[in-house]
Amino acid sequence: MIEVNGNSIAFIENETVKDLLKRMKYTFPNVVVKINGELVKRVDFAETLIPDDSKIAAIHMISGG
Amino acid sequence: MNTEKAEKIRIKLQDSSVGIAGAGGLGSNIAVSLARAGIGRLVIVDFDSVEESNLNRQCYFRDQIDMIKVEALKKNISRIDESIKVEIFNHRLTKDTMDRPFHNVDVIVEALDSAETKTTFIEEIMQKLPDVPLVGCSGVAGYGQSGRIGTKKLGNLYMVYDEKAKDSDEDVLMAPRVILMANWQANIVLEILLGEDK
Repeated sequence: MIEVNGNSIAFIENETVKDLLKRMKYTFPNVVVKINGELVKRVDFAETLIPDDSKIAAIHMISGG
Repeated sequence: MNTEKAEKIRIKLQDSSVGIAGAGGLGSNIAVSLARAGIGRLVIVDFDSVEESNLNRQCYFRDQIDMIKVEALKKNISRIDESIKVEIFNHRLTKDTMDRPFHNVDVIVEALDSAETKTTFIEEIMQKLPDVPLVGCSGVAGYGQSGRIGTKKLGNLYMVYDEKAKDSDEDVLMAPRVILMANWQANIVLEILLGEDK
């Protein structure tokens, strides 16, 4: 199992950050992602694998300020 | 009024510094609130000038239209408290050098407008200045729905966040919600600098 924004979901082998965001239907183009407290930059989403038992935080950045 | 507590706070904040990226709806109001709270030094970066359309939510005045924002803001802060040191940078924050103005501050505040710039800034600050607390904001557009706003803390990153808000391109930006979230950010800054209020 992995935890995404506090929700437990199934772990999938060889799933990248990009795949996970798609599975979670996080469609915003600008997301800040941390895995177990470590930042994953957007340029690395397609190559970074999600480890089992990890805690993932994904924050949508929405325009306006 | 607890004068002993107030004096402790005054001394601590006078010796504190905060960097603010952006001087629009969020940044201008954050700067003014922190100035009123008594922060000793502010570092503010923005490339823009004041436009008439800004006056519905940003802390500028009609006679400041066309002025460079950071200069107008510095003037407004000095009208509140002349003793506050305000360092201003009138330039656009660009990728790979976004951290530069903020190397000597206690807390950094992200007060930018576009989602793309916000994300780039947060990524870069978290990578280059991982030990400096960073207070960001996402989801200011619209009105009402105050209860959807919350603080999300991820290590040294504090996000004032409404994930259900629409993008500002598809919605409106109005003073009450923008200033509410700006002050939410400023309030987090105080908590970081002073510790939890018990």
